Amino acid sequence: MVAAGTDTPFVIAGRALRSRLMVGTGKYKSPDEMVRAIDASGAEVVTVAVRRVDLNRSRDDGVLPHLDPTRFFLLSNTAGCYTAADAVRYARLARAAGFNEWVKLEVIGDQDTLLPDTAALLEATRTLVADGFVVLAYTNDDLITALRLEDAGAAAVMPLASPIGSGLGLLNPYSIRTIKHRLSVPVIVDAGVGTASDACITMEQGVDGILMNTALAAADDPVRMAHAMRLAVDAGRQAHLAGRMPRREVAVPSSPSVGMLE
Amino acid sequence: MMERAVSLDGVVPVVNGEERTVATGSTIGDLLRELNVSPHAVVVEHNREIVRDRDRLDSIVLVTGDSLEIVHFVGGG
Repeated sequence: MVAAGTDTPFVIAGRALRSRLMVGTGKYKSPDEMVRAIDASGAEVVTVAVRRVDLNRSRDDGVLPHLDPTRFFLLSNTAGCYTAADAVRYARLARAAGFNEWVKLEVIGDQDTLLPDTAALLEATRTLVADGFVVLAYTNDDLITALRLEDAGAAAVMPLASPIGSGLGLLNPYSIRTIKHRLSVPVIVDAGVGTASDACITMEQGVDGILMNTALAAADDPVRMAHAMRLAVDAGRQAHLAGRMPRREVAVPSSPSVGMLE
Repeated sequence: MMERAVSLDGVVPVVNGEERTVATGSTIGDLLRELNVSPHAVVVEHNREIVRDRDRLDSIVLVTGDSLEIVHFVGGG
């Protein structure tokens, strides 16, 4: 028995992280709302995307002026890339910004579902690992792909709960549990969480962390939802560590059956 | 004929997908200053090669047909 609330450190590629909740920075109504939501979430790892600067200045969408790089660990993604070559190109551009060598690798295979192209994902993982990147690979909830990604040198594997931006929650807890049981590298569920109960149930499967964006940004009150997610991730984690009671198909009384009146 | 003479004074690199005329002899650094973009806020890819050392931005002279990508971090998941 250990003290209530304690946990082992959450470590990826030798770096201990202070929160098991990672958050994105997309789709907020304003930079101010984004910053307040990230603060409320308690996240340390914050994802960003690489895009062209708008040279005509009709919009200034740069995110760095709003994020203090001493407080947050920037995790660049390759969202929007449909080939291994494109994903590698975006990862290298992000690294050249000079913050770190981590990449949340996405290679998308289909526009409607945004499901990953797992063959291209494996190819890009091998290329980037050989090039010194710490690769966190966004993938589907398929055990074999997850195992191959680990073999390819991924520092963490990030299976989806359900499609990106869908908010459908954890569709296949069995697959996620199986992936967690079989992999040695951290497993972080990325995408699909819609509300706090989804996050809690996901963490109860024993995974190491969760990454989410739309669940916060598209909530009516993103700051409050970020707070709720922080509590839910912690609650789910603690419930996992506590070890739940066995499920039974019959009732078992909680009060003594002896000592009843005649 | 006058227009032709003017265009001979410039070079036309493709910058973030759009042709842009800049003065002959301009460096990438000159272009960034003209666009009011801080070199430290962006990453530049010149003909598919990342310019890792920002000091080099002031020594790469642009020519017509050069492809330049100027990127930065935006919100994403």
